[in-house]
Amino acid sequence: MSNIPTELRYASSHEWIRKEEDGSYTVGISEHAQELLGDMVFIELPDVGDTVTAGEDCAVAESVKAASDIYAPISGEVLAVNEALEDSPELVNSDAFGDGWFFRVMPSDTAEIENLLDAEGYQAVIDEE
Amino acid sequence: MANKTVLFNKHLESDAKMVDFHGWDMPLNYGSQIEEHHAVRQDAGMFDVSHMTVVDVTGTDACAFLRKLLANDVAKLKIPGKALYGGMLDYNAGVIDDLITYYLTDTHYRIVVNSATREKDLAWIAQEVKGFDVVITERPELAMIAVQGPNAKVKAASVFNTNQNAAVEGMKPFFGVQADSLFIATTGYTGETGYEIIVPEAEAEALWQALLEAGVKPCGLGARDTLRLEAGMNLYGLDMDESVNPLAANMGWTIAWEPEDRNFNGREALAAIKAAGTEKLVGLIMEAKGVIRPGMSIFFTDSEGNEQQGIITSGTFSPTLGYSIAMARVPRSIGDTAEVEIRKKRVAVKVIKPSFVRNGKQVF
Repeated sequence: MSNIPTELRYASSHEWIRKEEDGSYTVGISEHAQELLGDMVFIELPDVGDTVTAGEDCAVAESVKAASDIYAPISGEVLAVNEALEDSPELVNSDAFGDGWFFRVMPSDTAEIENLLDAEGYQAVIDEE
Repeated sequence: MANKTVLFNKHLESDAKMVDFHGWDMPLNYGSQIEEHHAVRQDAGMFDVSHMTVVDVTGTDACAFLRKLLANDVAKLKIPGKALYGGMLDYNAGVIDDLITYYLTDTHYRIVVNSATREKDLAWIAQEVKGFDVVITERPELAMIAVQGPNAKVKAASVFNTNQNAAVEGMKPFFGVQADSLFIATTGYTGETGYEIIVPEAEAEALWQALLEAGVKPCGLGARDTLRLEAGMNLYGLDMDESVNPLAANMGWTIAWEPEDRNFNGREALAAIKAAGTEKLVGLIMEAKGVIRPGMSIFFTDSEGNEQQGIITSGTFSPTLGYSIAMARVPRSIGDTAEVEIRKKRVAVKVIKPSFVRNGKQVF
């Protein structure tokens, strides 16, 4: 069974967000998602300064198996991206909730966060697959 | 209910991720298929290939039958144990399967065919064998383990007995030998040195365990696919099938046109296809980010300025090279460059012969 940290919020499309001290949110994909996709080979990230919109694709995770769109869980401006993924996409496999983060976003509408799932809700999504 | 090989429990012991492969529960990987790939290129890895079908062809007409059945000519095999790769064609010269034939004696050949094609292969053989003094015997009681990599032979030697080590001493590539209970062949599907070992089911688990303890890394179907594609080896069902003739599948070298009076199945149709001209299978490399996948379209402009189109048959990320490689079936007018449509964008690719990595090194 996949690890699902309770301090994070999740989108049903398998992204997670984590609140940072400055009010921004770090975004990544879940342990379950990386297991489904297999070894990562390329990660395409948005640019710093881009505006992303909740529910729209903003990154691509390409694994040995397939290229998968990554959807922004919340809207806002991209403050930072995980440049380590350029040379080490396997970080997404080895540490999906930590060193394998994708980007950090400053939310434009914090109400969107309420639309996301808690750990229990996300577990239910996985169970239905 | 999926078929399980005799090594199923060994895979679970090594935490394999199992998937359905043409009706067989097979390991996809044991954690990371890229690590498994590198193990085979740099050290030694092993694959359970027990789902493949071993068929013995025996009888006074064994040679004559196989000379009709196969587009390559088994009469070329003079030394016991020598193996031959080639296609089994239908009358339209479509590829029913690709297979390896071992010459054991004048009245005993062994063929190893794909698992996905087992039923249609056996049905075709049963139909074609009529009139020949030949007995066809499937050998489902035999398992098969492929041990591949630069250190594969040394590690395998540590688990072989004295007789077996004597039997494989100095054995050249593409040979097989029966040594006590093991049939040990210098064949493989990775572009590395090593063995494919046919072992009685009752002994398979012990052999797997001994190889594991000798430091051979278990590898799944994921790594098997990236290794074979780097080596430029075809995968039946992707790179060719009954709708494709062998000349359009980089198998021209396996067609024995001489002697002219050998009337192998599909010869007439294939000669007509050759005279008319057909497509060819090329290799592609793409150094830009992204991965070429089977089924994508490839485009190029021919010397007369017309746009031509072909199809990706196999494509993957090459762990050895660090970028995507592929095979494509295309019109023969293709030059050195082309474009592949990836996720609605056309990306430039280089066109080479379909061979990328052998013995750990880039070969183009």
